[in-house]
Amino acid sequence: MDKNNHSAPGRSKTVAEPELFQGFAAKIPYLADPVAKLDRKLVDTVQEAVRRVGLKDGMTISFHHAYREGDKVINMVVQILADMGFKDLTLASSSLVSANAPLIEHIKNGVIRKIYTSGMRGKLADAISHGLMDEPITVHSHGGRCALIETGEINIDVAFIGVSACDAYGNANGFSGRSRCGSLGYAMVDAYFAKNVIMLTEEIVAYPNAPASIRQDQVDWIVQVDEVGDPAKISVGAARATTNPRELLIARLSAEVMEHGGYFKDGFSMQTGTGGSSTATVRFLEDRMRHLDIKAQWALGGQTGGMVDLHNKGLIGTLLDTQSFDAVAARSLESSPNHVEISAHYYASPMSKGAVVDRLDMVILSALEIDLDFNVNVLTGSDGVMRGASGGHCDTAAGAKLSIVAAPLIRSRIPTVVKNVTTRVTPGETVGVLVTDHGIAVNPNRSDVEERLRAANLPVRTMEELYQRAISITGEPKPIEFLDKVVGVVRYRDGTVIDTVRQVAK
Amino acid sequence: MQIIQEALAGTLESSDLFVRVSPSEGPLELILNSEVQHQFGDQIRKVAQETFAKLGVSEGATVIIEDKGALDCVIEARLEAALLRAAGDKSVEWETLS
Repeated sequence: MDKNNHSAPGRSKTVAEPELFQGFAAKIPYLADPVAKLDRKLVDTVQEAVRRVGLKDGMTISFHHAYREGDKVINMVVQILADMGFKDLTLASSSLVSANAPLIEHIKNGVIRKIYTSGMRGKLADAISHGLMDEPITVHSHGGRCALIETGEINIDVAFIGVSACDAYGNANGFSGRSRCGSLGYAMVDAYFAKNVIMLTEEIVAYPNAPASIRQDQVDWIVQVDEVGDPAKISVGAARATTNPRELLIARLSAEVMEHGGYFKDGFSMQTGTGGSSTATVRFLEDRMRHLDIKAQWALGGQTGGMVDLHNKGLIGTLLDTQSFDAVAARSLESSPNHVEISAHYYASPMSKGAVVDRLDMVILSALEIDLDFNVNVLTGSDGVMRGASGGHCDTAAGAKLSIVAAPLIRSRIPTVVKNVTTRVTPGETVGVLVTDHGIAVNPNRSDVEERLRAANLPVRTMEELYQRAISITGEPKPIEFLDKVVGVVRYRDGTVIDTVRQVAK
Repeated sequence: MQIIQEALAGTLESSDLFVRVSPSEGPLELILNSEVQHQFGDQIRKVAQETFAKLGVSEGATVIIEDKGALDCVIEARLEAALLRAAGDKSVEWETLS
């Protein structure tokens, strides 16, 4: 964690004699310049900031994805770097979204040579799945990203951090200014670990901009830009509210599993993911909490309006927030003293001195596929093309006392329960329960939970039964054809390779 | 069965399919676009061919299917509806079927 790497006193023979004092500003010239002293970080253009940090071909640049589909920074900055003639950069964004399709051109032109990301969607994901890049991308979880940064595999030379507002020293949070994204939990990691931090801001506000999620002692340069993101598009994509009756059915069943799984006790903790069913589960939980007079001590996430609602009603004590999925959550982060912003490192890193996921009681997760051994795929679609993200899936599944995957048994004609997942992101040994609209399956390694759910008369099946039911309705899908070329390497949160994604045949 | 006019059936909703049948010269032509082409394309073609055989359609038509992941029973029903309409079959009382 000590990025300055001070050598121990007395051990190094190369330490020079200390110089003699030559005036208070001799070593720190800006102190003698009243303008520079206060405004030295402000530069007019991104180009100028890039020149000042000394970015070179082959270096690593990073971004946060708090604006999700509304992000304006990633595409803008990479375009500028392309125009400046940079090549062979490693792009280490905390995640990528459909809106990042313009990166395809920059990959073709050699501006970006490597990518680290939690996931990708849309045209960019499609192109990479079809072999766009020479080097496979690395897919990591949110906690796993922090571990890769801490071990030095992701060595961030320049972090570009888009914020709605900051002061002239770079103090920023996610709820000042006009484009509020809420928690800056991903950016906090980059600000801490990056060698250089360039902040892009829509507004320069009066000093001090408090509280500071990104702090003045982390920021090198500040550039004012027209826009960094559109918060209205944050809840597009993964995070959405549902009125779909089938998803509501799954949500109700998930809430029942939470109630009867053995961990629904006063003072419990939980995380609900971003799938349609998992966010809806929150709605069903309220009744049960009131009925049994049970309150949650804290909830983790990925926070949504639904969780904020329970928090405001006094049913959840503290909200720990890495990423605010809607405007309600962003406002709550500003107004509620017990809605606390945390970094992704604090949230989920296995190399952190304390990750919150390790203290979780229950987590609700989604799945594109889950197999007979409870392995979960949240990355590749049934056609083998990447269309999702690792996110905090494997982090929370590993940490929580009970991880619950909620998903429809069939999506259009595609079964969710399969013999073997196309891509393994979360290992089955960390998945406790699957909830579908056709019943519940409990991991054989959790017979304690199975007993309790059966005692509560919940529709417990075996995974094999759910699989047979699925294919009796859909027919057996033909296996997808892949080529030999590896287009993505999936890293588990501890950095190990848990699977690879191969190029899909045309 | 002879195809004498253009006809449609179905929707583009998820789990449904949209079928367009039109008269044409020559052998029966099936054009299939499906969201689940990779996994179920062969199966959908099989269901379509079985439905054509059942209704005795083997030439003089172009059938276009836009499939959104429909199950076999849905594919069969939509195809039948479109073909019967395209054949101008008066014996089907559509109103009582809806």
